[in-house]
Amino acid sequence: MRSDLFFLVCLAVGAAIFAAALALGNDYYFFAGYVVLQYVVLATAWNILGGYCGYVNFGSAAFFALGAYSTVATHKLFPVPIPVLVIIGGAVSGVVGFGMGYLTLRLRGAFFAIATLALAVVLQTLIVNWDFVGGSRGAYVVRPEAIAPFGSYIKYLFLIMMLLAVGAITVARVIERSRLGYGFATIRDDELAAEASGVPTLRLKLIATTISGGLMGMAGAPFPYYIGFLQPSSAFSLDYAVNSIAMPLIGGTTSWVGPLIGAVLLGSLQQIATVTISSAVNLLIVGFLLVGFVIVAPNGITGLVKKYIQHRPLGQVGPRRVDADADAPGRVP
Amino acid sequence: MIFSFDLLINAIVSGILIGAFYAAVTAGVSISFGILDIVNIAHPAFIILGSYIAYIVNASFGFDPIITSIVVTPAFYALGAGIYQVYYVSFEKRGQESLRGLAFFFGLLFITEVTLVLYFGVDYRYVEAPYIGPTWHVGPLDIPLRILMPCLVSLLLIAALQLVLTRTFIGRAIMAVAQDQFALKLLAVDPIRIKRIAFGISIASASLAGAFLIIIQPVEPSVGREYIGRVFAICVLGGMGSLPGTVIAAMLVGVFESLTSTFYGPSWAPAVSFGFLLLTLAVRPAGLLGR
Repeated sequence: MRSDLFFLVCLAVGAAIFAAALALGNDYYFFAGYVVLQYVVLATAWNILGGYCGYVNFGSAAFFALGAYSTVATHKLFPVPIPVLVIIGGAVSGVVGFGMGYLTLRLRGAFFAIATLALAVVLQTLIVNWDFVGGSRGAYVVRPEAIAPFGSYIKYLFLIMMLLAVGAITVARVIERSRLGYGFATIRDDELAAEASGVPTLRLKLIATTISGGLMGMAGAPFPYYIGFLQPSSAFSLDYAVNSIAMPLIGGTTSWVGPLIGAVLLGSLQQIATVTISSAVNLLIVGFLLVGFVIVAPNGITGLVKKYIQHRPLGQVGPRRVDADADAPGRVP
Repeated sequence: MIFSFDLLINAIVSGILIGAFYAAVTAGVSISFGILDIVNIAHPAFIILGSYIAYIVNASFGFDPIITSIVVTPAFYALGAGIYQVYYVSFEKRGQESLRGLAFFFGLLFITEVTLVLYFGVDYRYVEAPYIGPTWHVGPLDIPLRILMPCLVSLLLIAALQLVLTRTFIGRAIMAVAQDQFALKLLAVDPIRIKRIAFGISIASASLAGAFLIIIQPVEPSVGREYIGRVFAICVLGGMGSLPGTVIAAMLVGVFESLTSTFYGPSWAPAVSFGFLLLTLAVRPAGLLGR
């Protein structure tokens, strides 16, 4: 399917979901759906770097919080509409992602993972000490009760997040099928061999960190409007980091479908568990699912489905390998 | 900023003392990450586990936390060996350690933390021992015994680990496994067994580090997260798997953190280790005493 057609189909599905939520006539579905969609964006963004290139980012919460806090800062300086805030948040996180990548990606992969973990701690330190955005006390962002064509504000936020999710999925799918995606896959499969065959690995990795970080920031930008009161501990919550890793790994990391499945499944499960059991228990469930899946089903749900369809014995359904004839690595941008 | 000589001296000395403790916290990571190349980001979670065991035994029987932690090292060793076995079978053998292995340890970190929260809540816990409380006054210096004691035992622990690594057969085999796993096989030594032992030792050291931690400061389940960045910064700065390097790096980080929190305020201290990490990665990735 062509990418623009795919985008239109995604839009149609998104519109259908929005209409269905409207028909249910309960604002709670918008509140819950917003969180699930936010995870769709985060998981898809994580997967662009983690799944396609094989570089683990533990700092999703940091990029998400960067987006949220750039909204708080901009909101205080001059009020602009949310779509502009989303772009600003994405730009800030993208730049930070690029900087992180530039400093750490020239070394072994593990350093990038560790540095992202540490980045979350340091950014939190900076925010806690920055009084302009509320410091450790937190900041209020008062959202208007209603907005013109939508009625309640949450519908507007839901729609924005829906558009972001559709955008993120389309970007992921476009990357996957472009030379960029093949370049990413060569890095994941064998970075040394890729480098030796002329793939500009550092440049590709930097593109991946920038896109991935930028999308995470975009997901975070509307968050202050959603929650109304932003605290460093809620913006930097470890939940975002663990969820954005667990969702793609549970869904399957090699294509755009995996993070979507993982986010919708795990996101809804958590919404239900938070209401019915408790929020600590649902985090425990995520932890166990993550560990269980990486041990038992390394290719996630999509891997299991593929195996079921193809009836292949265990071990043959590996991650998508780069076909040497399909695209000579030397021609990767 | 009012500059005070007493303040400076005290900050440096307490930095060195805390640094020795950081070295004990990092020793396990230096073995697992530095020598075995296993990125065990769950190490701080095991340290917190050690803290809670010391706390439970201390609160119910009044035993000394350090002695308790030494007594439970075999259990931690077994835990470490078990985890390595799972890690080896599920990830190293399949060549998937980079992405899924990391996620596995991240999951372990998360599970340990949430389980502790579910059982003990997020209240700060502390232990009681005769050396917690009194402070020695030497001239302008104030040396709290609750920091001196873990510092001394930490240095003993590092010295013991260094002796084991350089003087015993197992220790030398551990160093050899880092260099050439295949050569070890040719000498009829099972590299997997050696790695299992080494990882067990690494986790066993977390038991002691946990006891030190809860002596120095009250502990709640998410305290471990602050240590992730610090521990890996020290490990990288020290030169990946060099224990003497780890001690020097830990003391450097300790002193700089202590100076930062004395002169700029404690809320800035977490940024120090990250600064060190980025600086090391950018300037000298091999670390201070790197091979």
